[in-house]
Amino acid sequence: MKILVCISHVPDTTSKINFTDGDTKFDTNGVQFVINPNDEFGLTRAMWFKEKQGATVDVINVGGPETEPTLRKALAIGADTAIRVNTPATDGFAVAKQLANVVKDGGYDLIIAGRESIDYNGGMVPGMLAELLGANFVTNCISLEVDGTNAKAVREIDGGKETVSTTLPLVIGGQKGLVEESDLRIPNMRGIMQARQKPLSVVEPVDATKETTTVKFEKPEAKGAVKLISPDNLDELVNLLHNEAKVI
Amino acid sequence: MSVLVYTESEEGKFKKVAFEVASYAKAVADQMGTTVTALTINANDVSELGTYGVDKVLKVNDSKLDMFNAKTYANVIKQAAEKEGTKVVVVSSSADSKYLAPLLAVGLDAGYASNVVEAPTSASPFTVKRTAFTNKAFNFSTIDTDVKIVGVSKNAFGLKENSASAAAEDFAPSIPENGVHVESVDKAKNTVTIADAEIVVSGGRGLKGPENWGMVEELAEVLGAATACSKPVSDLGWRPHSEHVGQTGKPVAANLYIAIGISGAIQHLAGINASKVKVVINSDPEAPFFKAADYGVVGDAFEVVPKLIEKLKEFKAQNA
Repeated sequence: MKILVCISHVPDTTSKINFTDGDTKFDTNGVQFVINPNDEFGLTRAMWFKEKQGATVDVINVGGPETEPTLRKALAIGADTAIRVNTPATDGFAVAKQLANVVKDGGYDLIIAGRESIDYNGGMVPGMLAELLGANFVTNCISLEVDGTNAKAVREIDGGKETVSTTLPLVIGGQKGLVEESDLRIPNMRGIMQARQKPLSVVEPVDATKETTTVKFEKPEAKGAVKLISPDNLDELVNLLHNEAKVI
Repeated sequence: MSVLVYTESEEGKFKKVAFEVASYAKAVADQMGTTVTALTINANDVSELGTYGVDKVLKVNDSKLDMFNAKTYANVIKQAAEKEGTKVVVVSSSADSKYLAPLLAVGLDAGYASNVVEAPTSASPFTVKRTAFTNKAFNFSTIDTDVKIVGVSKNAFGLKENSASAAAEDFAPSIPENGVHVESVDKAKNTVTIADAEIVVSGGRGLKGPENWGMVEELAEVLGAATACSKPVSDLGWRPHSEHVGQTGKPVAANLYIAIGISGAIQHLAGINASKVKVVINSDPEAPFFKAADYGVVGDAFEVVPKLIEKLKEFKAQNA
């Protein structure tokens, strides 16, 4: 089985979010970038397929050279080769088109992306990629088994889950549940050394016009101070929730 | 030219989000000087959509659509959009709509903006405000294509009443087969889901163990709320993953979020930030959650929560 894992290069979950250039650009100053958590669950599941069922695992990112350390980390975790499409990730549709172009010639059976990136939260790349490829697609995927060309996946739905059967080629929008938090791997020194020798190819982008444009960012208004209520005066809390906040 | 809105239903009845997206579609239609057409799939009575400004309803009823299938549903919406000559399609942020919207975007060659929280700030260029960085920021985006898809965040725009006729018309699209088949659906009956809940009661590691969740559930029951938990609680296996809310879990956009024994890690706060009113109960006055909350009680959850349940029961009895 040939697996491609799409890796988004995102600010660490603890990052403070700030903007520059008149609130038009994300301020990367002092920000640590990581593999998008939803993608990391997928990468770890891909490693399981590689070790238990036999598979090759390539990773791909659409972005500038600054994203290469994130791809190297994926190689250190155990991916075989990495591909970087040399163009900034402008919007979901443009990224999906770049990925589709690489996948088309790659002969991949299974493509795992995260259900959404934790920076722009668009949640659209995996679905668009699947549709551009004409491949089957399951998102919010919390379990995936592959047997030959048949796949069984579980999708998280509002208030429960849904089990589906489908066939390869398949695109997955992965998330926690695909593997557990405790299954995630921290690269060891040997993995990091090996990752330096593994191929990381840079491919040039195809023409792909974006369909949406970010014009400005804004931070939420600062919140007022918390109103503290004594544990001996919970009537007051009920009163405030009813009369002031009007939520009960 | 009308704005098309996909109004979701379940077992024939509209979900609450259907009325919110209809309200949103009406606001867009007013800006563009056009009308609202709703698409319904296997909904029984569609007249209620008129209350929220829907002029016309394309009513699809077909047993082949009893089970949700993203690709098939996206195809049905595409056919409706083409029939109406629609330039703007409005969908919700339910798990199903978020699943189908990217497929629809490719089908219609449309730009798609998800997690939109306000009516367009401008109709030309078509500009929307959406959440980004998991609720730590907003971004304003233009959708540059001829046909546009807007995914509306839950509980952000709200319900707006606007009387219209909701004239129903049967619509019989072609229903293509596809390669994903639903084998089974496992869904809790008669409990409020985090996605639909107006109030969410959430517990953290401060509750010390899964055996102490009885009071969380009781508080939720009194309030008609959904129960949720922090990431450590789900990682420890005290509660199912489906209850984990936060950056890598489910997002919460409730009217009221009550956090019990949750310190308020930045990732947790990001995930619940879209909730309107936040209450924290924690014994540690230094817990970061107090900076994010509207109301706080510094105290031992094992004393505060049972007392709060009693007070709420009295309140309910008086206001019943």
